Amino acid sequence: MPNYSTNEFKPGLKVMLDGDPCSILENEFVKPGKGQAFNRVKLRNLKSGRVWERTFKSGDTLEGADVMDVDLEYSYTDGEFWHFMDPSTYEQYGADRDAVGEAEKWLKEQERYEITLYNGTPLAVTPPNFIELQITETDPGLKGDTAQGGSKPATLSTGAVVRVPLFITEGEVIRVDTRTGEYVSRASKS
Amino acid sequence: MSDQLSGEWRPTASPESLAARADVLRTIRRFFRDRGVMEVETPLLSQGTIPDAGIDVFRLPGVDDAPDRYLQTSPESAMKRLLAAGSGDIFQICKAFRQGEAGRHHNPEFTLLEWYRLDWDHVALIREVAELLGTVLTSDGWQVWPYRALFVELLGVDPMDEQTSLKTLADLAHSRVGSVPEGLDRDAVLDLLMSHCIEPGISDWGMVFITDFPPSQAAMARCGPVDNVDVAARFECYVHGKELANGYWEQTDPDALDKQLQAENTRRQQRGLPQRPIDERLLAAHRHGLPACAGVALGVDRLLALKSGAENLAETISFDWDRA
Repeated sequence: MPNYSTNEFKPGLKVMLDGDPCSILENEFVKPGKGQAFNRVKLRNLKSGRVWERTFKSGDTLEGADVMDVDLEYSYTDGEFWHFMDPSTYEQYGADRDAVGEAEKWLKEQERYEITLYNGTPLAVTPPNFIELQITETDPGLKGDTAQGGSKPATLSTGAVVRVPLFITEGEVIRVDTRTGEYVSRASKS
Repeated sequence: MSDQLSGEWRPTASPESLAARADVLRTIRRFFRDRGVMEVETPLLSQGTIPDAGIDVFRLPGVDDAPDRYLQTSPESAMKRLLAAGSGDIFQICKAFRQGEAGRHHNPEFTLLEWYRLDWDHVALIREVAELLGTVLTSDGWQVWPYRALFVELLGVDPMDEQTSLKTLADLAHSRVGSVPEGLDRDAVLDLLMSHCIEPGISDWGMVFITDFPPSQAAMARCGPVDNVDVAARFECYVHGKELANGYWEQTDPDALDKQLQAENTRRQQRGLPQRPIDERLLAAHRHGLPACAGVALGVDRLLALKSGAENLAETISFDWDRA
């Protein structure tokens, strides 16, 4: 991988720091009136998710990290790995529990996910912002209670539990915001 | 590509900001006209440059056998050659260029106001800087702090005391800054403390002039003892913790200046930076005789940002580095 100098540090650039792949979040150039210039850099450790703040001498370099984001289709899980496929090449990638993380409850077959690959291995799985899932279990709502009013828990086909309006019934397909885990609407009829 | 660049033709400064710049430039010119200081112009592209280890110059290769040229990092050398030739008090508003200095408070191409006063020292010049700033910004007066006293006040360490080791300073930087780059020399650690601790520490002090820098940071200022400790007769002006101006009681002795320039080249070597040729025309002007004077450079874009409260220098510049 190429080396990147502090003046090439841009948000989103992937670099190696202390042996871990990191994504640059912020890069601030600081310099006293005269003298040595520094770059104050915020990076997200892509393995741990932690945010690091580091100061570099301007002109210092970091090795680029072999990290890329790809769109893959979810296939199935064998309990240990969650398998994704590149729909154009049929190449398979197995993501472990650490990589899947919170995304597990949004995994639906044939849906596309953004997979962060590090040296060719999935490091993180990001679901689409909105996903349509079927309700497998929820209490029957009260008749006539349509627009306003309370909510109730509903279990989705992926196992996720979200709060839905009372008028939503079992078997319906709903649209959910995966970033907040909130119900958005009934799914559009196709 | 065309989609990505669709908004890129637009200026980064608003029409109000452009008008504020025109207004401030007019104010500056009136200020100096009223005081009998003459406006001058000097070349942006020169055969000579400065070896300052903290500044990376833009270099343009010469075509055929023509020598390389450098974009000026400040108009200092050319203006001193005018002073040596008998110009009297002069000021200039011009562009200066420093590679790699891009950020919220930096643009690699920026506007400098630089002026020189014959027979003045840096203390007299501090007053004039404060007066000029008072005509542009609303100001409640100013404070003067020696570099040493400011470090003692804010960090509890005396940077000029030889007993204060590099390790003491580095440990302090570690505890205050968290992460410290490897292999910093003493001045670089002091610069780190200055930019990461002192600057934020004086951000609510209004206008502050820091004076009497360590001799190792003299650049082209003269050095001499204050209270039995050698210091560089320099000042930096900070407003709300942002460095705005940098002034010297100028070194006029050609041999002392030569030594200071060579020392910068040595520092470049130690930091693994390329050497810069010494500007022989500047030294020749000094040998002919630079009159006793004090000079200061002030960042006009930063002044405009302070005046308007802009968070980013780009808001004061018609087209910032990314859109230029």
